[in-house]
This record gives sequence, structure tokens and C-alpha cells, in this order.
Amino acid sequence: MEFGPHLLLATLEGAISAAVLALIAVGLSIVFGIMRVVNVAHGEFYMLGAVMAWWITSHVGGHPAIGFLLALIVAPIMVGSIAALADHLILRRINYDPERTIVATIGLLYVLQQLTLMTFGADARPVEAPFNMRIALPWFENGVDGWSMYWPWGLSTTTYKLAVIVAAVVVLVGLWLFMTRTRAGLIMRATQLNRDMALAHGIPVEKIYALVFGLGAGLAALASVLVVPIQQAHYLMGGDPLLLAFIVVIIGGLGSIPGTIVAAILIGMSDGIISVFFSPTLAKILATLLVAFVLIFRPQGLMGKPAK
Amino acid sequence: MTKKSKALALHLFTIASLAGVFFILPEYHSGIVARVLVLTIYAMGYNLLFGYTGLLSLGHALFFASGMYGLGLAMQYLHLSPITGLIAGLAFAAFVSTVIGFLALRTSGVAFMIVTLMFAQAGYLTILLLGEYTRGDEGFVIKQSQRMISGFDLSDATNRYFVALALFSVCLLIIGWIVQSGFGKTLVAIRENEERAKMLGYNVQLHKWFAVIISGTMSGAAGAIYALLFGYVGATFATVQYSIFPLLYVLLGGAGTTIGPLIGALFMFYLIDISSQFTNAYLLIAGVALIFLTLYAPQGLAGVVRKHVIRWLP
Repeated sequence: MEFGPHLLLATLEGAISAAVLALIAVGLSIVFGIMRVVNVAHGEFYMLGAVMAWWITSHVGGHPAIGFLLALIVAPIMVGSIAALADHLILRRINYDPERTIVATIGLLYVLQQLTLMTFGADARPVEAPFNMRIALPWFENGVDGWSMYWPWGLSTTTYKLAVIVAAVVVLVGLWLFMTRTRAGLIMRATQLNRDMALAHGIPVEKIYALVFGLGAGLAALASVLVVPIQQAHYLMGGDPLLLAFIVVIIGGLGSIPGTIVAAILIGMSDGIISVFFSPTLAKILATLLVAFVLIFRPQGLMGKPAK
Repeated sequence: MTKKSKALALHLFTIASLAGVFFILPEYHSGIVARVLVLTIYAMGYNLLFGYTGLLSLGHALFFASGMYGLGLAMQYLHLSPITGLIAGLAFAAFVSTVIGFLALRTSGVAFMIVTLMFAQAGYLTILLLGEYTRGDEGFVIKQSQRMISGFDLSDATNRYFVALALFSVCLLIIGWIVQSGFGKTLVAIRENEERAKMLGYNVQLHKWFAVIISGTMSGAAGAIYALLFGYVGATFATVQYSIFPLLYVLLGGAGTTIGPLIGALFMFYLIDISSQFTNAYLLIAGVALIFLTLYAPQGLAGVVRKHVIRWLP
């Protein structure tokens, strides 16, 4: 393939990883924004979503779309409930102390990962996409006889991949409407602004925290159900998305949702494009160093406002 | 007896009993204890920063790997002797911890944890990137013929045990001396109340920096000794997991106690060793332990003993 079509293909792949990454990172970001804790086990909730999607689809017969739709609804709810339970059993008891929460969620990471290894096994398992039509993409070229259109070999995408991007956008818009237009969203934002004041106004802060933790995990699970027909479910799949989500949330400004989304697009696209043309390891080194230096020299993130 | 001499007596007693125990233990277990002693050096280095200074790093594997690769690469490609290799490893770990300390200490709390995690991750990925020399995940073996100090074979089980013990003893005595010194007391003051320490006129930033350097260099020493005694250098030792292990050992044994890291490492190593015979999901133990320790016993085993039984425990 020539450079132009190759770049288009890389951009498309980048757009898919950006869409999925935005969902995962927003989940991490609302948990940090509202609860002021870093959830290191976030990647494992993502992994659980994929594993549950596999489990559900392999138990539902008929057209693959039926099982997939069911997984799309059930898996995030189940993962969200597990997260809310973990919040109730662990985080609430250590009073959301930021440092102890990190240690506890590292523990949770190992527990979820290893329990999945014990039950689900070490193999990667596929989930069939509900629909999967190949779309060939045209490319235009200015040749000797003017502009011409042709279909380069290998330049194609699938309807499912495009649907993932659309679905991610829909979910993010829905989340934004939920946070800004509903009473529950208002209460969450009030808790974010001032926990004690919210408590004084009779807002059940502990329940809100459990809800937010569940919502964050649910978003990660939703992202993984969407992505599992493209990738495969595996018990170690949570590591890379966790690192990328961290990078996105920190560069976008901790707790800022618009910043997170912009950073997800930036990182997702550039990760996709850089990995195609250069070494993926080098891309990751640069990204991790970028995060470290952003935290050191510009802790509010590239988009966030400086703390007053 | 004063508190200081009691502490010294405790440390000498620990060292003596570890020496004596070798003659009772079957070979398999003395091999494990040698490994645990090296990992304890790592945990003691970690403890100086986490337990005494109150700085929680999630990236100490970077320092461990610095020492390990500093020695390993120097011996592999420059054909240095074990002693000069060890010095190379220490020097490299000291250099890395000086730079990382300088940068990471501009942040605090959660940001410090994430920054150290990111630097360690970047270090791990760099090892993979330079796979041509480091052999990446696969790692490389330091040949037995290189692990000789004028006829003294470091790969022999007895020699290995006593070299590990000797180096462990040196580190334990250094740590014991540091935490009793004015410098160590200042670190504890910073842990307890940073603002007050600053008000009293201590240069908090400089103290923290020294703490990172000493802690990182000792962790690097552990990495170098590990490579030297067990003859293997690999990228696994630079992963996040190896940053979590010293945290786990120190939390379990008791943060801010001199013998806590030994207790924690011994306990956890055996726990994981035993459980790995039954299941491949042996890290489950680590996860459960982390959660329960944060929930119910944040001061660890030695911390509980200090609180209720022996109040002078260093």
C-alpha cells in the first residue's frame, strides 16, 4: 500500500481505539473527579466486561446479535454492581484515603485478575460480532490523466468497526446529558464540588460514591463489550488500557471530562498512527514519559485550569 | 540498656540466628532464604522511603532493575569482575535515583505515586526497546565462570547463602544506624508532619531527596546482588509487579520498623511459594493480602508487636 491509503487506514484504526479509550478514560475520570481516588483496578473492570460478554454470548443461541445485545446491557450492569460492592466493602472502610485506596485497588486488581484466571482460564476467547460487513474504501489519485478513483487492496474497514465509533459517541453524549440535565447528575456534581456541603444538605454521599464507582466501572465494561468482537477476551487484557487511560486522564486534566475526551482522541489517534509507522514500544515510552513530565511541571493537565 | 543498644542487640541477634538456621535448614529452604534475604535488602531500601519518610513509590522496580542491569550489562559486555560489576550496578542505581528523585519530588501524594509508576514503566519499556543488548523478556544468564571472586564460587549454595546474609547484615546495620541518627529522626518528623518539620527549619526537600537516593541505591544493590548470586538478568524484574512486591513485604511486615521487611518478605515469599504449588493464580494471595492489610492492619506485623508488646522496637 502507498503512504496515503496506509495513513487513512491507520487513522481509522486510531479512531476506533480513541473511541474505546474515551469511554474507559471517562470512567476513570469521573471516579477521580467526584471521589478524589485513583482506581488502579479500572483495567480489570474493563477485562471483566469482555469476559462476561464472552460468557453471555456463548450461552445464548440464535443469531449472534441477540447474545451481543444482551451482553451490551447485562455485562456493564454486572461489572458496575461488582464495583459498587467493592466500594462498599473496601473503599468506604478506609474512608477514601487517597494513598490507601491505591494500595487497596492494587489488591483488588490482583484479586479480580487471578479469580478470572482460575475460572475463565488463560486462553483468549473470541466473541462474534453482531454484524460484520467489509466496506472497501476508495482512494483518489492525481495521475497522468487527471484525478482518478481506485480501490487499493487492503484498504477497508467493517460496518462493525464504524458502529463502535458511533456507539461510543452516543454513550458519551448520553453521559454528558446525564451529568448536566438530570437530578442524579446534579447531585453527583454537587458532591464533586463540596463533599461536606453536600452531606449537610442531606445528600447520601456514601451511596453516591458507590454509584459513581459502579458507573465508572460500568463504562469500562461497556467499552470492552464493544471492543471484544474486534479483539478477544483474555484475563490480562486490562493492563494496557489502564495505562493508556491513566495517560489520557492525566494529560486531559484530572477530573475534567471534556479534557479527558479531547486527550483520548489525541492519544488514541496518535497511538494508532505512531504504532503503525514506528515501534509501538517507543510510542508507549514517549507517552509514559509525557505523563510523568505533565504531572511534574503542569499538574493540572494540558487542558485543565491551574489550581487556585 | 539504652534504646540504641537494644536495637543493635536485636539486629545482631537476628543476623546470628539467620546464620545458625542455615545448618538446620534443608537445601531447598536455605536456597529460598538466600533469595528472601536479597529481596529483604530491596524491601529495606523501600522501607526507608515508604515507612520512615512516608513517601509511597510505585516505581522501585526501576531502581532494582538499574542495579541489576548496571551489573549485568557491565559484566556481560565489559567483562568486569563481580566486585567492579557490583560497584557499576550501585553507581548506576545511585545515578538513576538521583535523577528520578530530583524530578519526582516536585510532586507529592498521589501524583508522586503515579509519576514513579510512569518512570518505572518507561524504564521497563526501554529495556524491551533495547532488546538487542538486554535480550528483553527472555533476559540473559551471567555465566558461572564469571561469578567467581578469585576462586570463591558465588553460585555454590553455601557460599551464596552466606554472601546474601553478609550483604543483608551490612544493609540492616546501615538502616539501623540511619534511623537512629538525626537524619533518620528528621525523616520520621517529615512523615509525621511535613509542614512542622519545615517550620522547624529543616530542609525538607533535601532530606527527601537523600532518602530517595539512599532508598533507590539500596534497592539497586539488591538487584545487582540478585543478578550476581542467581546469575540471571531479565525484564520481569522491572515490571510493575516488582514495584508492588516491596510495598507488600513492608506493609505485611510493618512499615517503619527495621525488621519488618524481613518478616514480611519471609512470610509472603513462603505464602506465594506454597500456594503456587496448588494453583497458577498464586498472585491472588498478594491481592487478598494487600486488601486485608490496608483494611485491618496498616501497621503490619512488627507494627502490631511494637504497639502492644515491645515498645522500643526500632
